[in-house]
Amino acid sequence: MKKTGSQIFVECLKMEGVDTIFCYPGGATLNITDVLSQSPEIKQIVVRHEQGAVHASDGYARATGKVGVCLVTSGPGATNTVTGIATAYMDSIPIVVFTCQVTTMLIGNDAFQEADIVGITRPCTKHNYLVKDVKDLARIIKEAFYLARSGRPGPILVDIPKDVSAQVCDFKYPEKVFIRSYQPTYVGHAGQIKRAVKLILSSKRPILYTGGGIISSGASQELIKLAEKLSLPVTNTLMGLGGFPGNHKQFLGMLGMHGTYAANMAITNSDAIIAIGARFDDRATGNTDAFAPHAQIIHVDIDPTSISKSIKVHIPIVGDSKNVIKKMLEFIDDEKDSIKDYKEGIKDWLEQIEKWKKQYPLTYSKGDRLKPQYVIERIYALTKGDAIISTEVGQNQMWTAQFYKFLKPRTILTSGGLGTMGYGFPAAIGAQVAFPDRLVIDIAGDGSIQMNIQELATAVQFNLPVKVVILNNGFLGMVRQWQELFYGKRYTWTHMNFAPDFVKLAQAYNAVGYRIEKEEEVDKILKEAFANKRPTFIDVPVDPEEGVYPMVPAGAALRDMLLV
Amino acid sequence: MRHIISVLVENEFGVLSRVAGLFSGRGFNIESLCVAETLDPTISSMTIVTSGNDTIIEQILKQLNKLINVIKVTDFREMDYVSREMVLVKVNAEEKKREEVLRMVEIFRGKIIDVSPKTYTLLITGDEDKIKAFLELLKPIGIKELVRTGPVAIARGEKVIKIKEKQSKGGEDG
Repeated sequence: MKKTGSQIFVECLKMEGVDTIFCYPGGATLNITDVLSQSPEIKQIVVRHEQGAVHASDGYARATGKVGVCLVTSGPGATNTVTGIATAYMDSIPIVVFTCQVTTMLIGNDAFQEADIVGITRPCTKHNYLVKDVKDLARIIKEAFYLARSGRPGPILVDIPKDVSAQVCDFKYPEKVFIRSYQPTYVGHAGQIKRAVKLILSSKRPILYTGGGIISSGASQELIKLAEKLSLPVTNTLMGLGGFPGNHKQFLGMLGMHGTYAANMAITNSDAIIAIGARFDDRATGNTDAFAPHAQIIHVDIDPTSISKSIKVHIPIVGDSKNVIKKMLEFIDDEKDSIKDYKEGIKDWLEQIEKWKKQYPLTYSKGDRLKPQYVIERIYALTKGDAIISTEVGQNQMWTAQFYKFLKPRTILTSGGLGTMGYGFPAAIGAQVAFPDRLVIDIAGDGSIQMNIQELATAVQFNLPVKVVILNNGFLGMVRQWQELFYGKRYTWTHMNFAPDFVKLAQAYNAVGYRIEKEEEVDKILKEAFANKRPTFIDVPVDPEEGVYPMVPAGAALRDMLLV
Repeated sequence: MRHIISVLVENEFGVLSRVAGLFSGRGFNIESLCVAETLDPTISSMTIVTSGNDTIIEQILKQLNKLINVIKVTDFREMDYVSREMVLVKVNAEEKKREEVLRMVEIFRGKIIDVSPKTYTLLITGDEDKIKAFLELLKPIGIKELVRTGPVAIARGEKVIKIKEKQSKGGEDG
């Protein structure tokens, strides 16, 4: 059947099961926009800034596990997506970003609202396409969705010139994708997995170190089985939180720069690290020369480039985390005889870890001013860990990672790799669209929230009752903390001498605003805010000079933590 | 350590930029890069000369493989290979020197492909050592301009770098 490019576009989305797109119109989107107006089965959330559209589709993808989709116009619309794309790329989040482009005749002509977005996003997409002929459109969309969600997931950008969206051709959605040069490895090498199991069973001080790969491959249940079967202590990266229950007795908390004392000491003293779906990021390893000097390292990852990139590993296993852990569990069942000795052998280690946990647990001291950590503890207690939490970036993010116990996968939405301020609020909006009845909370700072605060209008327009808790310390707190520790307390640029009244601001947007002034009000106001069905800002003035601890200074070894 | 890497890629626009961008974005070094269509017009072959320690080379090979348009990556260090480069040199060839240049071209089995009253343009092909030796000898005579292709390489003997067609090489999705 003959269809226009725009009709093909919409048909393809339907074939991919897309139920929501986040969008912003412009001259170049008009053909597609017009067809979408006839397609009410696809929810169309119009944002206030294209960056918000990308973060929202990213939040939607993280919360649901499905591919997030957004559509924007050419030129500035397209360039505004770059930060969002880079954010999704660093965290391996499956999204497809459709940008519209000037007509093919004008490409390269410095036309009005033209930008070479395929060139600009080449290094921050998993792959990208410029559709030059409407005949290629259906195949490219099919490939884009497949590439986004398969292998190591990531953002794909498809640039559609305005004339291509108007041209007519025969439409048939391809049933299969065939990309001869793309072949992700899902099944790990059995011999390597066997070696890994033998190594673990002969170790005395083993530890599981897991990351976002557990979430993206849906390996949480398998991970719990593995950990419990072998009594393995578990530490997570920021991206891995929720992959292993935060309240589990074998859980040590996050490792790295703001990791727990127990997690960092356990990694440093371990003799066998089982890394699964984590990539030895510098914030997790600290100084790589001093990282786990006594450990044999097993590394499971679907992306070969992640293996032996920053830390040389002893047993590399390329494969999907879930598949590999399942295989490990099978091999462990064959080794029943050695398990008893193994468990005997790690007793001292587990005791030592318990000591570390007790010696320096995560803590903070109460003072005259309200403490941000207390607010987060209360959010956890009131939600019983059953909310979807997004964060901005900086202290708010680290305190959330430390003091909110993530019990299930896909309950934390946070920009781990790129560290994008302004991510949390639009991401929360994306998650709320996917789950209208769940409680979605953005834990923000007064600095970060102002980076995409315009999306409050989106939340109000589409009745998305996102809660934003603003830990308001009047500073860009994390950078201030570095200035306090390493730059003689010269708080250059980090003191926000002016901030809006967030309560009035919320009201001006026809949203709800609260302010919590005292510790006694925390529970009462949070409960009230969580119960109302409207977008809500909760401004919480907190101790302005509270820091995030423990802290491993940049470039130091994990064992050298500031514990204050 | 210097490595010659062969990269078979989809013959599409933008692929060269993806490969070049990968090297510049990650701080890898490119000594030379040579690219042209293969027997199969849908595939181009790139020969890249790069250098780095084992960790860097491992990353280069893995990162190249990760690019969606890259079909096959081969490090020639892992096999016997022959490589050749072509050089065009414009040299001073005034009366006294014309004879000497001619002799040298003959010894190195080069060619003179353009002549003017004051210059010769020479063509020479060979491996790295031969070209280096030739250029050293020409220097005193006066090289006015020099262009080189960078080496291309191919495995020795019967070995052929090919992609496994038909067999489901790509991922499939139904």
